[in-house]
Amino acid sequence: MRRSPGERLTLVLAIAVGMLFSIAPVLWFATIAIKSRIEITAIPPSLFPREISFEAIQAAIHRYGLMMFVKNSLIVAGSTTIVCVFVGAFAAYALARIRLRFSRALLIAILAVAMFPQISIAGPVWRILRTLGWLNTYQGLIIPYLALTLPLTVWILANFFKELPGELEEAAKVDGAGPFQTVTKVFIPLAAPGIFTAAILTFIYSWNEFFFALLIMTRRKMQTLPVGIALFPGAYTMPWGEIAAASTIATIPLIVLVVLFQRWIISGLTAGAVKG
Amino acid sequence: MRPTRYARSEVLTGYLFLAPLVLILMLFCVYPVVYSVVLSLHRIVLSLPGLGERFVGLHNFAEFFEDPVALDSLRTTFIFVGASTALEMVFGLFIALVINESFRSRSLVRAAILIPWAIPTVIASQMWRFAFNDQYGVVNLLLFGSHVTLYKAWLASPFWALSAIILADVWKTSAFAALIILAGLQSIPDELYEAAKIDGANAGQRFFGITLPLLKPAILVALLFRTMDAFRVFDLVFVMTQGGPGDSTDVLQFYGYKTMFTEGLVGYGSAISIVVFLLVFAVSLLYVKLIGTSLLGRREATA
Repeated sequence: MRRSPGERLTLVLAIAVGMLFSIAPVLWFATIAIKSRIEITAIPPSLFPREISFEAIQAAIHRYGLMMFVKNSLIVAGSTTIVCVFVGAFAAYALARIRLRFSRALLIAILAVAMFPQISIAGPVWRILRTLGWLNTYQGLIIPYLALTLPLTVWILANFFKELPGELEEAAKVDGAGPFQTVTKVFIPLAAPGIFTAAILTFIYSWNEFFFALLIMTRRKMQTLPVGIALFPGAYTMPWGEIAAASTIATIPLIVLVVLFQRWIISGLTAGAVKG
Repeated sequence: MRPTRYARSEVLTGYLFLAPLVLILMLFCVYPVVYSVVLSLHRIVLSLPGLGERFVGLHNFAEFFEDPVALDSLRTTFIFVGASTALEMVFGLFIALVINESFRSRSLVRAAILIPWAIPTVIASQMWRFAFNDQYGVVNLLLFGSHVTLYKAWLASPFWALSAIILADVWKTSAFAALIILAGLQSIPDELYEAAKIDGANAGQRFFGITLPLLKPAILVALLFRTMDAFRVFDLVFVMTQGGPGDSTDVLQFYGYKTMFTEGLVGYGSAISIVVFLLVFAVSLLYVKLIGTSLLGRREATA
């Protein structure tokens, strides 16, 4: 459709407003990370840094142990993603491709479970983990995260598997593949976009999660990025430069993911919500 | 009978494949909720282990409705949910309309708009907390420039602190609402607009006559999803205000967390958590009902 000059101007303005709303605050916070301490605490503050300083970034890394949080987050989010996609793929295969009496009820139950507020399971989960001796351990956070991320993954993958042609199982069997190999060698590769979408969403979720991480990781050495950033120590004045530096560094992987995989993220989020 | 034997082994495979999922969900979701209900019927005070874990029936729930702080936090939660979801629908609709248009570098714009959704809520909270800082914050700078005497301590005022949290939530989650509304927009056939154009309808008439009515189901789904999520707000409050000033931003999930984990009132805290659960459950029932009546006008994806 051709646009009139008026329509074009409206569109350009609307895009500008949308972009400003979305990324201006992030960019502003990133400039705090590269301001000097004196400039951050100047009154009135300045909108743009007058000179670039790396003291906040260095302090965040060396004095506040930023890389320790990054490592913990990578381990927790990475393991959650791998296990979640693997467990989710088999479950989704069973729900989408095998005639089971309870599969529909189970899919609805899974959706219901995904809606549980964290607080309503927090106390008991904490008690279970304490009994197992898993507080302040990676598996103590990874397993609750699996419970929180599996529903969406199963949902996305079941939808993908359902769309695949019906003769696949036959063909796999002719080639001598058992059920396990049918999933790993046929369905997972063919549903690669779905696997990918589920993996990205699971990773982002577990990279960002705060509530359970706060409860389970009470020892500083085990804390993930959100907990580290939320509990940034500051005796009298908050170390804003360091917080901004840590935040910016923790955000970069997410911005990369979003820019590269925007299309998959959008399809995954709407599949979870709209396809009920 | 080979076919039945085959089918039976297939069913067995199916259950085997489902076992890890069911096990994890049972152990870390279903059982904990049931356990929370049990805990909510007991008096458990961690600092007084001598009390034991006495069964008190619905006493904790009765206490909830007599606890002024709890009722206040219930009210705050409703204000937060109502205001943030309403604004998110407006911004979400706006964003959806923009990214539905075709223009060069649209995918870059879409990615940019997704950034608030993708960054951790804790980081968004720290960002807005500093933006609203009384001395160094960008909000004061943009509003008052160098008139330092006019600078406001936003997060120290009950009204502005809650408003700031709502704004941060709207900033963070409007993109999610936008994506669901976008999916609805894409299902509206172009011919409708063409026909309306031929009939001489202007942009405003096309929007209110075609777009908005046909988008109602998508907006409703976005609204319900956002409502369920908004009832669970925690990170923003924890980082930006810790429930203060006073208890003015003390939402239910935060109050429940404090009661259970800071004060060690496990029984009462569990009762609060069950109240949150029931609120979210009520909203999700609405959602299931909507899907059930297939208001979405599309075939259900589950077989």
